[in-house]
Amino acid sequence: MSVDAQTVRRIARLARIAVAEDEVEHLQGELNAMLAFVEQLSEVNVDGVEPMTSVTPMAMKMRADEVTDGGKAEAVLGNAPQSDDGYYMVPKVIE
Amino acid sequence: MNVQSKPSKFIKGATGDWEVVIGMEVHAQVSSKSKLFSGASTAFGGAPNSHVSLVDAAMPGMLPVINGECVNQAVRTGLGLNAQINLRSVFDRKNYFYPDLPQGYQISQYKQPVVGEGVVVVDLAEGEAVSIGIERLHLEQDAGKSVHDRHPQMSAVDLNRSGVALMEIVSKPDLRSSEEAKAFLAKLRSIMRYLGTCDGNMEEGSLRADVNVSVRKPGEPLGTRCEIKNVNSLRFIGQAIEHEARRQIEIIEDGGVIVQETRLFDPNKGETRSMRSKEEAHDYRYFPDPDLLPLELTAEAVAELKAKLPELPDEKKARFVRDFGLSSYDAGQLVAERETAEYFETVAKGRDAKLAANWVINELFGRLNKEGKAIASSPMSAGQLGGLIELISDKTISGKIAKDLFEILWTEGGDARALVESRGMAQVTDLGAIGAIVDDLIAQNPDKVAQAKANPKAMMWFVGQAMKSSGGKASPQAVNDLLKSKLGV
Repeated sequence: MSVDAQTVRRIARLARIAVAEDEVEHLQGELNAMLAFVEQLSEVNVDGVEPMTSVTPMAMKMRADEVTDGGKAEAVLGNAPQSDDGYYMVPKVIE
Repeated sequence: MNVQSKPSKFIKGATGDWEVVIGMEVHAQVSSKSKLFSGASTAFGGAPNSHVSLVDAAMPGMLPVINGECVNQAVRTGLGLNAQINLRSVFDRKNYFYPDLPQGYQISQYKQPVVGEGVVVVDLAEGEAVSIGIERLHLEQDAGKSVHDRHPQMSAVDLNRSGVALMEIVSKPDLRSSEEAKAFLAKLRSIMRYLGTCDGNMEEGSLRADVNVSVRKPGEPLGTRCEIKNVNSLRFIGQAIEHEARRQIEIIEDGGVIVQETRLFDPNKGETRSMRSKEEAHDYRYFPDPDLLPLELTAEAVAELKAKLPELPDEKKARFVRDFGLSSYDAGQLVAERETAEYFETVAKGRDAKLAANWVINELFGRLNKEGKAIASSPMSAGQLGGLIELISDKTISGKIAKDLFEILWTEGGDARALVESRGMAQVTDLGAIGAIVDDLIAQNPDKVAQAKANPKAMMWFVGQAMKSSGGKASPQAVNDLLKSKLGV
């Protein structure tokens, strides 16, 4: 599997990463090197093997339905470049 | 898929009949105290960002831990939709960028949802019922809220809703009219409110629907669909579907083709319009969320939830018809809301159930509607109305006096029997007292007596006068019987 220049541009746009046109070729090479590396895994025959979801067999832990968090708007907004009256303020987004 | 609608549901176009095909995606907020993956509150209307944990704000290093009750609520809902419960399901990341989604992805379920196929029976007008297939139900996180009118150049983001558990319920494209679509959503709402899994409050956004609409000539393959986003009232859903179906028919009849797209309903104009900006972003690159293990349930746990389900609207309706002898239509009206059904059962308990149903449906519903009140805030309790029913049943009061008593109970309150006693409203059944009134009338109105003898219908004048003289308290039956014997008609 390998990606072309168009796919590189598309992935960058979906990830909202600005990629200049002169970087595309270089990134394409890097991505294809990674894909080739990972592709070595397909040499292993995994017919009939369940996908592994955890290193040790365990069930997902569940919480009780209790309110144990929240009430810390200041901490939540602490790293925001801009906030106002408890809101995050971001560049205008409207449909 | 191949459900054929009745020709009466077709829409007339310039080139003949058209059939509208509708599927719905309903987002229902799970009733829970805390969020799906964090311990922050789900309460509506808190100060901005006050119900937010660092998990909901997607701070680095935070990990989601699932709320077991939200899972149970999804399973209960699945059982209420007669659906397959999947003992193993998987959470995936649905990737997209928006300021009210701080993770950059929504935790959702994609290929392996917790609930699979089911079916809901939807009652329509005139006793017609249709079975609507459920495709799936999955659990996912809600996003935050963006406010655009606080600042001229900026949007304000409140993450209080971020991470609240939602159930997305997807129907099969089995709906064939706006009426069916509205009735389907009303039925889903009713089932979830009975189950206590979603409060169904459309004003607060606890229940939202996306509607997929396409049109075709009857019997032909499905047409291209358009998705109408976030229509949040039953009335708007009806309007949006009607408008969208007409729009598509006009395009096709003018020789055009329907472009698959997402559209927005504008309630002010009553029309849908294109949301082109979102089209390109429909590449969500789903993959299993590595922070969460698969959701595994045991058959025993599901059976236990099933055993504890409350009686649902369909079962309750069948019981009202069977045990109380109510018509299917009346029973349907009584069970639509859980609170109404409970009110009715309290009124009917140990009393004449048909009479109770008539009074609840005609008098109580009428009065509640007129004053725009919900049954929970009815000034008349079920016990008070029950007392009134008893007085009619044991013939203490006539139907006419009962309406006066209803008015007093509604406006002043009090106990029905005590009021009838203290205000002398009891029906006079004492034949001596009624006899005296009747004798008097006969003696003073010889001309009317002659008329009544010639034409028995004229006797009604005496009945009216006797009722009037008794202040409406005479038993009309007793008056009638006495007059008949005394006038010899």
